[in-house]
Amino acid sequence: MADKRMTEEQVVAELRSGMTIGVGGWGSRRKPMSLVRAIVRSDLTDLTVVSYGGPDVGLLCAAGKVNKLVYGFVSLDSIPLEPHFQAARKAGAVEAVEWDEGMVQWGLYAAAARLPFLPTRAGLGSDVMRVNPGLKTVQDPYGGEQLLAVPALHLDAALVHLNVADARGNAAFHGPDLYFDDLFCQAAEKAYLSCERIVPAGELGELTRTRIARWMVHGVVEAPHGAHFTSCVPDYDRDEAFQREYVTAAKDPAAWAAFRARFLDGDEASYQAAVKAWREERDAA
Amino acid sequence: MSDVTRAEVCAVACAEAFRGDGEILVSPMALVPSLGARLARETFEPDLLLSDGEASYVAGPWPLGGRPPATVEAWLPFRAVFDIVWAGRRHVMMGASQLDRFGNQNISCIGPFEKPTNQLLGVRGAPGNTVNHATSYWVPKHSPRVFVERVDMVSGVGTDKDGGPFHDLRRVVTDLAVLDLAGPGGTMRLLSVHPGVTVEDVQAATGFALHVDDVVESRLPTDEELRLIREVLDPKNLRAKEVAPA
Repeated sequence: MADKRMTEEQVVAELRSGMTIGVGGWGSRRKPMSLVRAIVRSDLTDLTVVSYGGPDVGLLCAAGKVNKLVYGFVSLDSIPLEPHFQAARKAGAVEAVEWDEGMVQWGLYAAAARLPFLPTRAGLGSDVMRVNPGLKTVQDPYGGEQLLAVPALHLDAALVHLNVADARGNAAFHGPDLYFDDLFCQAAEKAYLSCERIVPAGELGELTRTRIARWMVHGVVEAPHGAHFTSCVPDYDRDEAFQREYVTAAKDPAAWAAFRARFLDGDEASYQAAVKAWREERDAA
Repeated sequence: MSDVTRAEVCAVACAEAFRGDGEILVSPMALVPSLGARLARETFEPDLLLSDGEASYVAGPWPLGGRPPATVEAWLPFRAVFDIVWAGRRHVMMGASQLDRFGNQNISCIGPFEKPTNQLLGVRGAPGNTVNHATSYWVPKHSPRVFVERVDMVSGVGTDKDGGPFHDLRRVVTDLAVLDLAGPGGTMRLLSVHPGVTVEDVQAATGFALHVDDVVESRLPTDEELRLIREVLDPKNLRAKEVAPA
């Protein structure tokens, strides 16, 4: 029986520069941040990142890991705009593939179903067609309407964070929304799933919440608070104060260097310890 | 009712945009449209569906900035929102960083796409929303910076494009006026000006020529609407943060 437990470092060791990596979650919600932080610390470069973007995109852009970005939006939710993403775009530092957010779902679904494309109207008439000249339309063979053929978004790897998983990769979300984590896993050659807790098989909770089955998953990482500073309801809410700290730091090079040194240069355990110390300092003040 | 504020007139104008919508999901993307949607449901559109902003349909009134009501009607994760977009049973009232005379909307970026002078949210769901179901816009500060000759990145699809069989641009509600896209050739038409605003004021705040024929004054809230706004739906007066008193 396959035991798929791994560490963040072991996941990163299986990734390669130039890969297309999909990141689950949505905005600043249930992002696999411990895996993202591990990539930030790595030598990986030249990545294509597919995401309903939040601070995952921001951190990877700030670390110079991203060559190409496929997204419908990048936002921190309670803070609408992501400063590192904005900076990367304004510098022309990443190739931007900006799609309607429904197109992103369709691209993942097409890859998951091994279809070359899926048709939709979303995107037609908009400048999504102008700035992505490779997008093609297809004629409805029954009626004649022209539809946008969203190409499959094949992922080399997917990274997602769930509340609980077992050692073989079955996993459940306990919050309000699965987002598109199952599609990210299914669209990927290999999916790596981090979680708050690894539990024995059969103890994932309510059956209808076990939306990730082990055939979708290649590796499982136990990462308590691994989604920090994004939300991982009901285990924890978004750390709004820390997110503000992140945004403030991101807007100033010196402040960002200090933030990076304090929080990001060490491993995941030192990140969590640094956040704890930061919170204690703040509460004492 | 001389003490009616501009924000209250705007809330009623937003509510009016949802009149006749029936049993569909209304998705307001800002405070005053949220107030308008809840007001419409409490008065003339009782069958409207509203989200708690997370992942549930919720019944009953609740105040801006307050906890959603305890009655959860059904689950509404993002995937179900996409499904209802495809199904067309939705009326969205989006914001707009730029809006042109044909109702093309931009929330993506300012300047050339390849290297923008400012990156905003991205097109989000605007392309899909506008070609799939009813779309209105809310502009809390009507100005030539928003109402431009040409938007930099068409996110929401305007009337000069082929928006397909379900393209349905309804209203543009601003802090000054209510407009639609029923002018000649699908251009922006001034429907009503809010009390205290003139047609000239609106034209001066718009970066292109508006179609103007029969312009009326935007209606005032009824006594019952005012009571709902002030006592039930926005007792903290958050609406004044979005639209300052005139």
